Amino acid sequence: MNLLEQASFLLRITRSSDIVRRYFVVNGFDGALAMLGLIIGFLVSDAGDLTVIINVCVGAAIALGMSGLSSAYVSEAAERRRELGKLEEAMITDLHDSAHGEAAREVPLLIALVNGLAPLIISLLILLPLFLHQAGFSLPLPPLYAAIVVALLVIFLLGVFLGRISGVSWLRSGIQTLLVAVVTAALIYLFT
Amino acid sequence: MVLVKKLVLDVLKPHQPNALEFAQAIASAGGEYRVSVNVLEVDENTETLQVVIEGDAIDFETIQSGINDLGGSLHSIDEVEVQGKREDR
Repeated sequence: MNLLEQASFLLRITRSSDIVRRYFVVNGFDGALAMLGLIIGFLVSDAGDLTVIINVCVGAAIALGMSGLSSAYVSEAAERRRELGKLEEAMITDLHDSAHGEAAREVPLLIALVNGLAPLIISLLILLPLFLHQAGFSLPLPPLYAAIVVALLVIFLLGVFLGRISGVSWLRSGIQTLLVAVVTAALIYLFT
Repeated sequence: MVLVKKLVLDVLKPHQPNALEFAQAIASAGGEYRVSVNVLEVDENTETLQVVIEGDAIDFETIQSGINDLGGSLHSIDEVEVQGKREDR
């Protein structure tokens, strides 16, 4: 069994695939909205130094990633230990060396990785126009506006992904998440 | 030398992996085992199976270890079929 098949098997026997998907969307959405908020905040403040903007955003992205990683690991490890204990009680046997024991040790790590990497990668994707501009590439839009466009696109795609999972219209679901982003942007403009 | 040709086992296992994956894992433990699984009883967290394994030379230890690896527990051996084989000197 290769690594991917093994991960898929462990997720299947613990019925954790939907938890991974949920964590990916929830924390990915967190990352995207946080970056959108920061960038709009910088736009409103008329901040000029792109290095400062990038450092603040990357700092926030790393913090979001670490927060997702640690919080998911701690809660999932406790949850899996509890599930394994219940199963051992029902089976009246020690499952430490079985696939279920392995799953109780490795599934929290997998879920934590998804929960931590989703906001980090999505944030870095949104910051890509800023990195490109700093590296000397010319963009069709000013870098902060280009980052906002990427953020809105990512948020729309997360909605599309949710729509496909739930079997509802992907367009409707995408527009719903996009509306959340627009309301967030409006609130930031209103209160800053 | 005695070759094990058929085993009927009573096994308790968690709901996951399901009966199909369980049977596939046991079948892949040996060369060309034919495995059939019958779910006898389903509880809240576990299910009881009757596992029938047929083959030319079944390795019981490997089967038992495969069952344990998947979180199962062998309760009893309900039926066996073995065949003696004269060893050439």
